[in-house]
Amino acid sequence: MFWDWNYVWEITPALLRASLVTIQATLLGFALAATLGLVLAIMRMSRTSWISVPTAGFVEFIRSTPVLIQIFFIFFVFPEFGIVLPAMTAGVIALGLHYGSYCSEVYRAGLENVPRGQWEAATALNLSPYITFRDIIIPQAIPPVVPALGNYLVALFKETPLLSAIAVLELMQTAKILGSQSFRYVEPITLVGGFFLVMSLVAAAFIRQVEAWLNRSLRNPGGER
Amino acid sequence: MQLRQLAVCAIVFFTAGLAVASFAGFREFIPGLLEGAWVTVQITLGGCLLAVVMALVAAMAKMYGPLPLRWLAVAYIEVFRGTSALVQLFWLFFVLPHFGVNLGPMTVAIAALGLNVGAYGAEVVRGAVNAVPRGQWEASVALNMSRPLALRRIILPQAFVAMIPPWGNLFIELLKATALVSLITISDLAFKAQQMNQTTFRTVEIFTIVLIVYLAISVLITVGTRTLETFAARGIARGR
Repeated sequence: MFWDWNYVWEITPALLRASLVTIQATLLGFALAATLGLVLAIMRMSRTSWISVPTAGFVEFIRSTPVLIQIFFIFFVFPEFGIVLPAMTAGVIALGLHYGSYCSEVYRAGLENVPRGQWEAATALNLSPYITFRDIIIPQAIPPVVPALGNYLVALFKETPLLSAIAVLELMQTAKILGSQSFRYVEPITLVGGFFLVMSLVAAAFIRQVEAWLNRSLRNPGGER
Repeated sequence: MQLRQLAVCAIVFFTAGLAVASFAGFREFIPGLLEGAWVTVQITLGGCLLAVVMALVAAMAKMYGPLPLRWLAVAYIEVFRGTSALVQLFWLFFVLPHFGVNLGPMTVAIAALGLNVGAYGAEVVRGAVNAVPRGQWEASVALNMSRPLALRRIILPQAFVAMIPPWGNLFIELLKATALVSLITISDLAFKAQQMNQTTFRTVEIFTIVLIVYLAISVLITVGTRTLETFAARGIARGR
């Protein structure tokens, strides 16, 4: 017997509870990534090369090294410097940092797409750089890149099983524990796979909806585009 | 832009070199890490090869295959893009033996990563083939070429050029995903790092060096794909 439905019903509640941890890690990680991404994008576009060059190097470095090692780094190396973080926090920070550097490139594309004239008009109207940024540039730069950010949300969601490597009790870790208790790995791991597949497909459909909605509302904007 | 990135990398390597030269006791764990790095490189190469083959097959099946084959390709692409690489790895490693399929960890690692990246690659291939102007198909019909022949001689060579940059990104993704195989008992770079960490407690140095080794490999991949890109583009330009 490859597939035991009774066992499936037995482990479903535990997996559902664990999926809440997965979703929590996803949302916290993405909130961090979205904020950090914008900050990194702005720093990378700074005209002061003392800020932009190290930021560019940092982003490229984060983007070309594995998340798993970054998670280990934050979890194992930071305590050496006196920063002891719980596993969940370390994991969320690592995921947020990794995807933040991806998001920063997305934001940068959005910010660079805002026509120069907008900046010049804001200067002509005597708006401060901060106000210009907040009220003129950001509202035009962010909506077009929302679908791309959504893709990274899904990607981050799919990376959360990595947190099992530092023993966060999320879906994958729970499935592994259940498997080692009963020596039945078929059901827990397949259910976890199914859960991720369903969630990703739902999220992808949702992103397509948002994209369509944005395309419709961006087609006749108030200003020049 | 690229120059600046290279400059940043050069600075990183220089500092790393200084660190290697100045820190004492590196002899304890450097050989172990290099062994791990070699395993990582092997898995990356194997995975890349499988990914390219799977991507081409799946994309061709999805675009030109008969209906059942098309469904199979769509299912493959959606399943492998929709679930985590780690879950796929664990599934192949823990679940397949229950169905009587016993693969070695190395095979599982290459298969899981190759299949995962191949699914993303299939969409890259499809995009690149679709980007070849329609006139090229029409011209090959006018020249009385069969569809497979036109695909092989006319369409794919042109699509190939457009494919290289996204493939470069995917190869880097694959390299980064190889760190996952440490969780199915393969002694790759990430595994060796943890092992060395437990025996020598040189946590800071070990994980920093590991990050730099991954960075170095991905810089190699970037340089490689960029070289390939210029070569391929030159061929096409002459062809036109």
